Amino acid sequence: MANITDKISKLFPQAVIEGDTNPVVTISNEQWHDLALALRDDADLKMDYLVTIVGMDWTENLGCIYYLMSTTYNNIIGVKVLAQGDRAMPYIASVADVWNVAVTYEREVYDFFGIVFIGNPDMRRLFLNIDWVGYPLRKDYDENPALNPISTESERQTDFTDVYTLVDGKVEKHQERIFEKEDFVVNIGPQHPATHGVLRFRTAVDGETIKKIDVYCGYIHRGIEKLCESLSYPQTLHFMDRMDYFSAHNYHHALCMLYEKAAGIEISRRAQVIRVLMDELSRIASHCLFIGTYCMDLGATTMLFYTLRVREQILDIMEKTCGARMTFNYDCIGGVMQDLASDFVEDVKALLSVLPKNIKEYNEVFTGNVIARNRMEGVGVLSREDAIAYGITGPSGRASGWACDMRKLQPYSIYAELDFEEVVATEGDSMARFKCRLREIEESAKIISQLIDNIPDGEYCVKVPKLIKLPAGSWFQVTEGCRGAFGLYLESDGSAKPYRLKVAPPCLPQACVVDHITRGQKIADLITIGGSLDYIVPDIDR
Amino acid sequence: MEVTTKSMPYEAWKDNEYIEKLVNELRESGTNIVVGSLDKLINWGRSNSIWPLTFATSCCGIEFVSLGAARFDMARFGWEVARSSPRQADFMMVAGTIVNRMVPVFRRLYDQLAEPKYVIACGSCAISGGPFRKSYHVAKGIEDIVPVDVFVPGCPPRPEAMIYGIMQLSRKIKVERFFGGVNRQEKQKEFLAAHPVEGVED
Repeated sequence: MANITDKISKLFPQAVIEGDTNPVVTISNEQWHDLALALRDDADLKMDYLVTIVGMDWTENLGCIYYLMSTTYNNIIGVKVLAQGDRAMPYIASVADVWNVAVTYEREVYDFFGIVFIGNPDMRRLFLNIDWVGYPLRKDYDENPALNPISTESERQTDFTDVYTLVDGKVEKHQERIFEKEDFVVNIGPQHPATHGVLRFRTAVDGETIKKIDVYCGYIHRGIEKLCESLSYPQTLHFMDRMDYFSAHNYHHALCMLYEKAAGIEISRRAQVIRVLMDELSRIASHCLFIGTYCMDLGATTMLFYTLRVREQILDIMEKTCGARMTFNYDCIGGVMQDLASDFVEDVKALLSVLPKNIKEYNEVFTGNVIARNRMEGVGVLSREDAIAYGITGPSGRASGWACDMRKLQPYSIYAELDFEEVVATEGDSMARFKCRLREIEESAKIISQLIDNIPDGEYCVKVPKLIKLPAGSWFQVTEGCRGAFGLYLESDGSAKPYRLKVAPPCLPQACVVDHITRGQKIADLITIGGSLDYIVPDIDR
Repeated sequence: MEVTTKSMPYEAWKDNEYIEKLVNELRESGTNIVVGSLDKLINWGRSNSIWPLTFATSCCGIEFVSLGAARFDMARFGWEVARSSPRQADFMMVAGTIVNRMVPVFRRLYDQLAEPKYVIACGSCAISGGPFRKSYHVAKGIEDIVPVDVFVPGCPPRPEAMIYGIMQLSRKIKVERFFGGVNRQEKQKEFLAAHPVEGVED
C-alpha cells in the first residue's frame, strides 16, 4: 500500500492521502481526470476496475468517492472528489472515458444527488422519472408526496439525452439523440417473461440485428439507501434480504461484517462457520434456480422442475434453522439469530450426497443437448478487458477469464483457510457463463463438506448492546454475493443511524453491459445473453 | 349453500362469513331456474381453470415460481397455464412491490386483462407497501390503483398461502352471477369511475 500512496503523491503532490489499508485520496476536481488516467494506466498502479461511485452529501458540500481496485495488484483505494459549483448545479469531471461502467454509475449519482458529470455522454436520470422533483438522497430532500404524486398517467419519455460541457467555467447543457432518427425501436419489457423481472430494454433493430439497447431501470426502485438513513443499524439489516433475494444470506453476512468491523465486535468461530455454510447453501440454491429459469428461457421447461427439486431441499434445511423459506433475516450483529436446527448436519449431508447425481443429470439433459449448444456457444462473447472495464464480476466475469472471486481476492470471514477452486473459463460466451455456475455448485459443495463435520462448539451470538452506536468514520468492503462483487460503503457520524449506507450491487453493471454485448447480435439472442448474465432486477434498482 | 372446492371441507376455511355474505346477496337478488343453472355450470368451469398472468416484480415472484414447480404443483388446481399476455389471463397475482414508475404500467396491464378479471394482492408490499412503506418511490398498497379480490399476507407468503389465496378466489368465482348478474361488475365499474387513468379519455 505504501508504494501506491508514494506514487500518487509523487505524481500529484496536491493530493491528500488518509488511511493505511484502504487509503482515501482527496483530489480537486480539476486534477481528477488526470489522476484517473494515471491510476488506470500507470504500470505500478493499474487501477482498472471501478468498484463503485459513492455519491455523498456532507450538507456543506456535495461530492463523490470513487472506489477502485487493481486486478493486477489486488488492492483497493478510494478517491474523494468534491463537487464544484453551488448546490443548484454542482459538477465533477466525468471519467466515463476511463472506465466504461462509470457512465451508469455517474447517472446513478446524478439521479440521487443532482451532481452533473461534465463530459458524460448520457446524463439522464437512471431510476426516477424525468419530471421528478428534487434529488432524494440529498439531506435536504423534500419528501412531501404532493411534489411527486403517484400517477396512473404514463410517464413522459424523451428520445433525447443531456450532455453537459464546461465553457469558460460555466456549465452548459445540450441535447443529443439516444437513437438515430430513422432507427426502428422495439420496446421489450417491463412486463416480459424473459427479462427476469421488471427491466425494460428499448431496442433499436436493423431487421433482426440489434443496433443499440437503451436499458431503462427503475421499475422496482424502492429507495433502500434513503430508508436506511432513518433506521437504526440492526433495523437496516432486513433490507439486504430483499435486494438480491437469492443472496439473502450473503448480503446479510456482508452488512453484519461491516457493522462488526466498525463497532469492533469479535464474533465466535461457530457463528463464522454457520454464516459461511449458509452463504454456500444459498449459492447452490441460487445457481440451481438460475439454471432452471435460464433453460426455461431457452425453451427447456422441464429443467426447472429438476433444479427446483434441489432448491426446495435447501430451502427446507434453511427453514428448519431460520424459520423462513426466503428473506431469512438470520445473520445479526454479533453472530446469528438462533442456533442450528438439531438435524442440520444430517440434512446437509443428505443434500451433499444427492448433488453429484443431480449435476450429472443436468448435464445429460441440457448441457450436451445440441439445441442448447447451438443457442449458447459463441453467443454474447464478452472479452476479459471489457468485463473489467464494465465491472462485470461474479460467475459472468469469471466466464470471461477474469479471476474476480472476492472470496479469494479479499478473503473475509474464514474463506482464507478453506480449500476451494476459483472457477474461471476463457470463452466468455453464454455457454461459459452457464458452465461456470454449474461448476460453482460443485465448489460450494466442496466448501460445505469441509465444514459440516467441524462445526465448532461455542456461542452462536455474542452479547451486543441493544442500541448500537458506531464511531464516526467511514468503511468500505467488497464481498462475494451469488452474482458477483457486493460493495458496501458506510459513513457514520457517531449516532445510532447510518449517515450514509451505499450499496454497490453486482447486477447493475451486468444489466448495463447488455447493450455492449448484444450489438450486432440477433434479437432472439437477447434472451440468451440476458438470461446468462443472471441479473436480479430488485438488486439493480434497490 | 356451502361453497367449497374439491377435497377441502367447509369447516377448514377460515373466513366463511365473507362468502356467506356473498351467497346471501345472491339469494336476495333472485333468479330464474334456467339462468341460475347455467350460471352454476359456467362458474364450475371457470372456477376450476383460472389462468394467472406471469407478473412479478420481486421476491414474491420467486415463491410463485416454486408454486409452479413440482413440489407445490399448481397444475393440480388448473392454474398452471401462466400466460405472458394479459389478453389471455384471468387473474393477476401482484407479486411484489409496486413503485411509482411501475404504477402506470401496472394499471395498463390490469386494463388489458379480459373480463371477467380478478386481482390477488400477494405479499405485504402489494397490500400496504410493506417494509418499504416509508419510501419516496413506493405505492402504499395497490388498492388505490386497481380493485383487489383477495389479499395474501406474508413477506413473501409461503406457496401454501398462495394456494389458499387462489382457492379463495375460486370460491368467490363460484358465487358470482354470470348472466345478468351485477354484484361484481357494478362494483368494478364504480371503482374504475372513481379511479380514472389520468390522461386517457374514455
